[in-house]
Amino acid sequence: MRFDLPNGGHVQALKNVTLDIKSGELMSVLGPSGCGKTTLLNIVAGFLAPTEGKIMLNGHEVTGPHPERGMVFQQGALFEWMNVRDNVSFGPDMKGMSRKESAENVEHLLDIVGLQDFKEKAVYELSGGMQQRVALARCLANDPDVILMDEPLGALDALTREKMQSLVLDLWKDTGKTIILITHSVEEALLLGERLLVMAPRPGRVHKEYRLPFADLGVGNDLRDVKKHKDYNTTREEILEMIWNMEEEIMGRAEESA
Amino acid sequence: MTGILVLALYVGAFFGSYLILSRLLQRYFAREGFNKLKTVTFGDESAVKANRIASFLSVITVFFLWVAFTNSAIPLPKLPGPFDGDVTFTYTATLPDGATDDADVTIRVFREDIQQTLDEDGNPGREPPAPEVEPGDGFAKNDSLTVARYGFKVIPVWNNDDVSKSDGSKITHLNGQPVEPGQKITIAEGTIGLTDKGTPTFEPKTGLRMARLYLPAPEVVLERFIRLNQEGYQGFTLWEHTRYSLQRVLLGFLFGALIGIPIGYAMGLTNWSRGWFDPIVEFMRPVPPLALIPLMIIWFGIGELSKVILLFLAALWIMIIAARSGVSGVAISKVHAAYSLGASKWQILSRVIVPNSLPEIFTGARVAMGVCWGTVVAAELVAAEVGLGKMIVVASKFQLTDIVLVGIILIGIIGFLIDVGVRALENWLVPWKGRV
Repeated sequence: MRFDLPNGGHVQALKNVTLDIKSGELMSVLGPSGCGKTTLLNIVAGFLAPTEGKIMLNGHEVTGPHPERGMVFQQGALFEWMNVRDNVSFGPDMKGMSRKESAENVEHLLDIVGLQDFKEKAVYELSGGMQQRVALARCLANDPDVILMDEPLGALDALTREKMQSLVLDLWKDTGKTIILITHSVEEALLLGERLLVMAPRPGRVHKEYRLPFADLGVGNDLRDVKKHKDYNTTREEILEMIWNMEEEIMGRAEESA
Repeated sequence: MTGILVLALYVGAFFGSYLILSRLLQRYFAREGFNKLKTVTFGDESAVKANRIASFLSVITVFFLWVAFTNSAIPLPKLPGPFDGDVTFTYTATLPDGATDDADVTIRVFREDIQQTLDEDGNPGREPPAPEVEPGDGFAKNDSLTVARYGFKVIPVWNNDDVSKSDGSKITHLNGQPVEPGQKITIAEGTIGLTDKGTPTFEPKTGLRMARLYLPAPEVVLERFIRLNQEGYQGFTLWEHTRYSLQRVLLGFLFGALIGIPIGYAMGLTNWSRGWFDPIVEFMRPVPPLALIPLMIIWFGIGELSKVILLFLAALWIMIIAARSGVSGVAISKVHAAYSLGASKWQILSRVIVPNSLPEIFTGARVAMGVCWGTVVAAELVAAEVGLGKMIVVASKFQLTDIVLVGIILIGIIGFLIDVGVRALENWLVPWKGRV
């Protein structure tokens, strides 16, 4: 993926990123800012066309956004002119499904994400954590094959975040969806990533890939217990060290060129 | 002079009422609720709440000042008024041979708006007759005449004298005081003096109140308001004048919004439209609608069509820009989310962009309504057959200041109500505004 700049130069945002994601996998992507995580996700979602290479899903090439790939954004992507139920029903509505047909599924999803008492509330009346629950339910209502999450819990406070992490894990296990989750929190990547991809910047590339047991351990369990796992802290230190070095490198390079 | 006095009284009322009331009604001056606990309030805008007593007093103060500076019948404190009634002064005529004679001048000062008042039978008032006086003896005879308040009279005292001015009779004293031509003497009832040619003059004291021509009293304006509703002015009742003005504004705004909002959306959504309309919008936006009035009159005459087109043009650019910035205000993540949920382009427009741009459109609508209301009055001032602006400008030509005031107050109230109405509609349709 190459971006041309207005001044004639260009930035190689991504290079040689090859991934094979199996159905039902939960992959978290981690990396220092500017390493192309969001660009990668936008390409997978179909919002950006890659300059080289292609994305294949279900045997066909990705050329644009499609309901088979659902998105959960950091914040502010809910439709505040609709109430909670209408937000979640948005996908089925777009398909032309009548409210009668979609109602059962929508109610069920709202119950799963714990919004049973807030179905008629306006979105702007909800807290940040509840808004993200709506976003999750809205995405699931469309029954996508892949769920793409762009720092979905990034704007939440630490306590809400932990709760939401459990929710994401439970939903993943219950629905069996393939999930790609972008985050800049190492802990979140460790806890939620069955596969963990560490990316390096300039050009954006896959630096290292892990396969971790913590996501499976975390399903239905207390995430604080998972953190006590013997491998958890060593992996965490290792990844932090890795990203720290990348940041150092970027800063050093910036100083050189300055 | 009077202006400085008004300002001084107003400033005095502002500070004085605060100093007095903040001590007397401490209960209403304390901060309420959570603000009571704040120790830092100066600089914390959220702790500032309008004191409704002040709002009430502000309106009352304007009313008091209005009454105080007019010859109102309302029993409220008023500034010293003009002289009203009969006044007599003495002049001394001297002949070239040194013979002198005294005679009295009696002047009846009547209210300047006597013809606009009604007597018990409903007939307009008339100027009173001059007081009857004895001619007296000597070669100078007593005179009697009338003058309106705020007026000025040159008194041809020689008209009934035995010796005329051309015979050498000169006025040398007024009220026994020696005067030269061009000099003036102040008496309790006004100013007496001699012109440069030596003819006596009288100017009744004006006081500090305004004549009806400049500032009609509140009850005069109210009475005019009632009469305008019953009898109308220039062939239309007040309601009809108002309705025509409002109708023009609403029609012009409606067409402006109907055309402008789709163009604004198009400019926010396609390259071609943005390129196509950009030069026109950027060119027309800074042209004040008032500058288009002459052209509209040349093209479409002074009827309804020219007004509606003018207001359409006034609203159009504002609505285009509002809709365009409404589109650019849509967070791209919302659009992406909607596409990922399977929305088509049409659904993106109708279900995401339109609702999301409503706050901007309402802001634009408020501005456009305000501009339209100002423009319609101005357009009617220039040329119209009916309308509030036309009523004002015709009334001003006949010096009917009370009609002008009725018109201005009504224009202000309607402008305010329009804004309140649009804001209420906005709160109802866009409850999420400012909360996301």
